[in-house]
Amino acid sequence: MRVSAYIKKWFPAFALPTFLAFILAFIVPFGMGLYLSFTKFRTVNDAQWTGVSNYVAALTDGSFLNSLWFSVRFTVISVITVNVFAFALAMLLTKAIRGTNLFRAVFFLPNLIGGIVLGYVWNLILTGILKALFAQDLTYSATYGFVGLVILVNWQMIGYMMVIYIAGFQNIPGDVMEAADIDGAAFWPKLFRVTIPMMAGSITICTFLTLSNCLKMFDQNLALTSGAPNNETEGLALNIYRTFYLLRNQQGVAQAKAVIFFVFVAVVAFFQLRATRSQEVDA
Amino acid sequence: MEKQKVFRVIGFWGLAVLAVIYLVPLLLVVMNSLKGNLFVSSDPFALPDSQSFAAGANYTGGVAKTGFVSALGLSLFITVLSVLVILLVTSMTAWYIARVKAWYTSALYYLFVFSMIVPFQMVMFTMSKVANVTGLDNPLGIVVLYTGFGAGLSVFIFVGFIRAIPIEIEEAAMIDGASPWQVFFTVIFPILRPTAMTGALLNTMWIWNDDLLPYLVIGSEWKTIPVAVQSYMVGAYGHKDMGGFMAMLVLSIIPIVVFFLIGQKSIIKGVTAGAVKG
Repeated sequence: MRVSAYIKKWFPAFALPTFLAFILAFIVPFGMGLYLSFTKFRTVNDAQWTGVSNYVAALTDGSFLNSLWFSVRFTVISVITVNVFAFALAMLLTKAIRGTNLFRAVFFLPNLIGGIVLGYVWNLILTGILKALFAQDLTYSATYGFVGLVILVNWQMIGYMMVIYIAGFQNIPGDVMEAADIDGAAFWPKLFRVTIPMMAGSITICTFLTLSNCLKMFDQNLALTSGAPNNETEGLALNIYRTFYLLRNQQGVAQAKAVIFFVFVAVVAFFQLRATRSQEVDA
Repeated sequence: MEKQKVFRVIGFWGLAVLAVIYLVPLLLVVMNSLKGNLFVSSDPFALPDSQSFAAGANYTGGVAKTGFVSALGLSLFITVLSVLVILLVTSMTAWYIARVKAWYTSALYYLFVFSMIVPFQMVMFTMSKVANVTGLDNPLGIVVLYTGFGAGLSVFIFVGFIRAIPIEIEEAAMIDGASPWQVFFTVIFPILRPTAMTGALLNTMWIWNDDLLPYLVIGSEWKTIPVAVQSYMVGAYGHKDMGGFMAMLVLSIIPIVVFFLIGQKSIIKGVTAGAVKG
């Protein structure tokens, strides 16, 4: 307690700089955003209270519901594929195979490249493939854009999750695995009864990271298809952005969509964490 | 065990094939950056031949049109400065939050944690307004925005680390007559090094690649690399110099590859440490 009392009056020096920046960049914009979602406005100063009408407009907007459905489908598929591949790779790379460090580096690298650049890289490749195979464009069908985005995200995120899973594998006490081997456990029962429960902590983290990143995905979506064709491959973040900046006089509705988006992400993350945390066991 | 040996050989070659597949997208972009403008979109998989090979023309001529060089400078400036400021001020704040027992420090802590799950779209419009009104809409002001919006994550990982440091070290320094200032910079700050590496890495990856915030706040006058890449593709209807664009993509990936090669070990360590704390 003495340290506490000693530095207590130093708030201005230690906490204030961060706190001021936090007020400017988060607290004020967040509060204003919440308030503006209940108003009609164009420049903020002209805001007029309109109750929940923006929310009604948002929830009856077909394009918004479509983007919600797109984001959900995309997130479910990507969370599963990214984590399954990352888990399998991590398992292989902890098995004393030659060159693991090099492989790990190669798989990790795409993660450092930004979403915009990745989107254009994959745009080039997928357009080239589709042209060669079907003489069609990436924007020809929403399925192309959807599958393309899933491939892109797998390519980008697998390495990152793999690194976390590798650390998880290295933290499993050796005697647990040995005991399973001595008992003669076969591969699949061992995987589901021993390995996966022992890895539940890493699985929680990786599911959380992939889930929130996929739900919030913007850059890759914008650069790969920009929602084409017909906004059918538009995710939530992109839909909100466009409602703000491309449609006329829809700022209030856009802000209401943003609030719904935020609540949705928070609720999904909360339940995911609760569900996977409850599966965690101690060695 | 013969079976294990077979498994290792198959595993090795499987991984090798996969690694090559992994690198193909990047190699394709490099290959296309060596082709003439018209040959990029006509067949991206064709190797450059005597007709399509453009040597370094895309890098000398094409890139100039994209404004890449000034974007590189701006991205470096904003990223380096923001990361340094974030690490300095959030570590100080985290120490204060971790050590001062009061209602407002825990309130502040939960606010910071809360801010981590809020998607950028929630504050995007209003943050640009605030930046406009307060004059933060320039390369220096954006550092303040990054500090504020990114504070949550950094405060969170620093607080987690500081709480694990035995408080006796600080008590001893205090009894020796050190001011809180001295205690922090001579005792605490050096111990924070590994966490600071993680924080530096996560913030660098975010800010270097961030597109929307710099686009909305300073994009009309100043373009970072992602903003320049995006506006080059969106802006040039019909007159896209695809060769120059490919060269631009390659040049924007090079700093990342260099960064990765230099700091590979600490990067992977940082990711792991960051994840465990999250």
